[in-house]
Amino acid sequence: MRLEARATTSGAATILWPAGAILATIVFSSVLVMIAGASPLTVFWLVFKGAAGSQFALLETLTRATPLIFTGLAVAVAFRARLWNIGAEAQLYLGAVMTVVLGTGAVTLPSAGLIPLIMMAAMLTGALTLLGPAILKTRFGVDEVVTTLLLNFIVLLFVSMLLEGPLKDPTGLGWPQSQRVIADAQLPRLIKGKRLHYGFVLAVVSAIVVWVIMKKTVLGYEMRAVGHNAEAARFAGIPVNLVIVKTALLSGGLAALAGFSEVAGLKGNLTLDLSPGYGYTGIVVAMLAMLNPLGVIAAAIFVAGIFVGADAMSRSANVPSYIAQVMVATSLLTMVAAIMLMRYRVRWR
Amino acid sequence: MSEAIEILFTASFWVAAIRIASPLIFATMGELICERAGVLNLGIEGIMVAGAFTGWFTVYMGGDLWTGVLVAAMTGAMFGLLHGFLTVPLGLSQHVTGIGITLLASSLTYFTYRILLPEVTSPPKIEPFQPFAVPVLSDIPVLGPALFNQTPLTYLAYFTVAAVAFVLYRTPVGVAVRAVGENPSAVEAQGISVTAVRIGAVMAGSALMAIGGAFLTMSAFNSFFFEMINGRGWIAIALVVFGSWRPGKALIGAILFAAFDAYQVRLQQITGGVIPYQIFLMMPFVLSIVALVVVARRATYPKALMIPYQKGER
Repeated sequence: MRLEARATTSGAATILWPAGAILATIVFSSVLVMIAGASPLTVFWLVFKGAAGSQFALLETLTRATPLIFTGLAVAVAFRARLWNIGAEAQLYLGAVMTVVLGTGAVTLPSAGLIPLIMMAAMLTGALTLLGPAILKTRFGVDEVVTTLLLNFIVLLFVSMLLEGPLKDPTGLGWPQSQRVIADAQLPRLIKGKRLHYGFVLAVVSAIVVWVIMKKTVLGYEMRAVGHNAEAARFAGIPVNLVIVKTALLSGGLAALAGFSEVAGLKGNLTLDLSPGYGYTGIVVAMLAMLNPLGVIAAAIFVAGIFVGADAMSRSANVPSYIAQVMVATSLLTMVAAIMLMRYRVRWR
Repeated sequence: MSEAIEILFTASFWVAAIRIASPLIFATMGELICERAGVLNLGIEGIMVAGAFTGWFTVYMGGDLWTGVLVAAMTGAMFGLLHGFLTVPLGLSQHVTGIGITLLASSLTYFTYRILLPEVTSPPKIEPFQPFAVPVLSDIPVLGPALFNQTPLTYLAYFTVAAVAFVLYRTPVGVAVRAVGENPSAVEAQGISVTAVRIGAVMAGSALMAIGGAFLTMSAFNSFFFEMINGRGWIAIALVVFGSWRPGKALIGAILFAAFDAYQVRLQQITGGVIPYQIFLMMPFVLSIVALVVVARRATYPKALMIPYQKGER
C-alpha cells in the first residue's frame, strides 16, 4: 500500500475520519470493559455522568482541564516548530517550585502585585528548564526528545530533595510537602465554595494569546516555517536556531504555568504527586487539538472529562480507573491515524 | 576515600553491575535494531512495562520461566507490529506514535493487572531465574563471578548482542535492515519491500525490549511493581546514540552505565546520608545527558532515521 496526498480534503472526510477514530476508541474500550465484566453502556453512561452529569461534575472536569490546557499549549507550540518537548512534566514541577519559593512568605506584596510576580518567575523558570535542551539541540545536535525525557526524572528527584530539605514544611508531620502559599499568593476561586479557580481563566486567556502569536505574529510565522521545513526556512533567511530557542522559552513557560496554577489555585502547596503525568497527557491534548491553540481548550476538557468521569465510574462500577488512561492513549493513536487518512488517500498498489 | 576506590575491586560490585546492565542490554539492542531500520521507537518504555508484566504473570499462573520470556517477547512484538504499522505504511510521526505506544502499553498493563489481581496490596512473588555458575569460567577472579555467575537471562543478553551483531553485519537480512535505514529506495530497487523489512525489524526490536522488561520481574526481582521500569527505556535510547548504533559499542555503554549505577548505590552507603540520596539517584540520568553531549558531534546516525518511506518518492 502507499499514500497519496489528496488535492483537497472533502468535508465528509474531515468529519468521518475523526468520528471513526472516536468510534474505534469506544469499541476498543468496550471490549476491555466487557473483559472486566461490566456492561459498556452502563460504564460509558457512568463516565459521562461523572464528567458532566451535574454542576459539581462539570466544575471538577474544568478544574482538571486547567493544567492540561497549559501543558497542551506547551506541547502544541513546541511541536508546531518540530521541537519535541516531552519534558512538560519537568517544566511544570519547576514552575511549581518557584511558586512555592516566592509564595510562602519570602516576598510580601499585595495580591495584585504578588500574583503576577510569581507567575512571571514561574514562567521564567519553566522557560529556562527547556532552554537547556534547546541549546543542546541547536549547538551540539543532541536530540531533545531524550534530554527532555531524562530531565523529567532528574527534576522529580530534585523536587523530592527540596521537599525533604529546604522546602520541607516544618509542621508537615514529616511528610515531604512544602508549606502552603500565603493568602495573597493564592488565585481566587471562580465560584465561592467550589474548587474551580482563576487558573482556568488564565489558561483560556493563554490559549487565545498563543493563538494570536501563532497566527498573527512574525514569530508565529517563523515557528510554522521552521516546523514545516527547517532547511527551506533557513534558506529563506529565517534564523532557525533562534526561532527554536524562542519556541522553547514560550513552551517551557506555558508548561510552568500549569505548575503555578495547580499550586496557587488548587492545592496550595507542593507535593510529589502534584501532577499525575499532566506533562505527558499534554502531548495527547495537543495532538487531539491538531496543535491548534484554541482546539487545546476543547481537547483538554475532553481528556479531563474522561479522567474525572472514569474516577467516578470506578467507584460505582467494578472497572479500574486505568481505563481512562487506556482510552486517552487509544484516542491519541487513532486520532493521529485519522488525521493522516484525512489528508492522504490509501492506494492498495 | 580509599573505601570508595576499593569498591571497584570487589566481585560483588561487578556482579551487580552486570545484573543492572542485563535489562539495558536487551532494551538497547532492541532499540538499536529499530533505529538501524530507520524507525525511532519511543514505545520502548511502555513495551518494557508490558513485557515485565506478561512474563511475570505467565510464571505466576504456573507457566515455565522460559515460556514467560517467550510470552513477554510476543507481547513486545505485538506492540512493535502496531508501532510499525502506524509509522511505516501510514508514515505517522514516530515521536508521537512512540509516546502513544508507551502510554497505551503501560496503561493497558496497569488496567490488566488490576483486573487479574484485584484487591492485592502487595504483589505476589514468583520463583525467578537462579544464578548458574558456568564451570571453569566462573572461577576467574573478580571477572569470573561477575560475568559467569549470573542467571540464564543474562547469558541470553550476551548471546543477543552477538546475534544482533552477526545478523546485522553478516547476513542478507542484516544488510537489508541496515539499508532500509540508510537508503530505502535502493532496497526497493532490489525488489525487497521496505515496509516489510522495517516492520519486521521493529517487531524483533520490540520483542527484545519486552524481554528486557521481563528480566526485571523474572531475574533481578521476583514480582511486578508499577513504575518499576523507571526510565530504563529512555536510558536505552540514549545508550543507542552513545554506542553510535553499533551493538558492540552499545554493549560497552550499557556496562559502563550499569557500573556507574551500581557504584552510586555503594557510594551512597559510604557517605552515610551527608549528601541527599536524590543526588545519587539523579546521577545516572545526568550521566546519560552528558554522554549524549560528548558523542553528539561525532554521531553518524542512520540517514533515513525518522524519515517515512513512500514508494516512488525521493
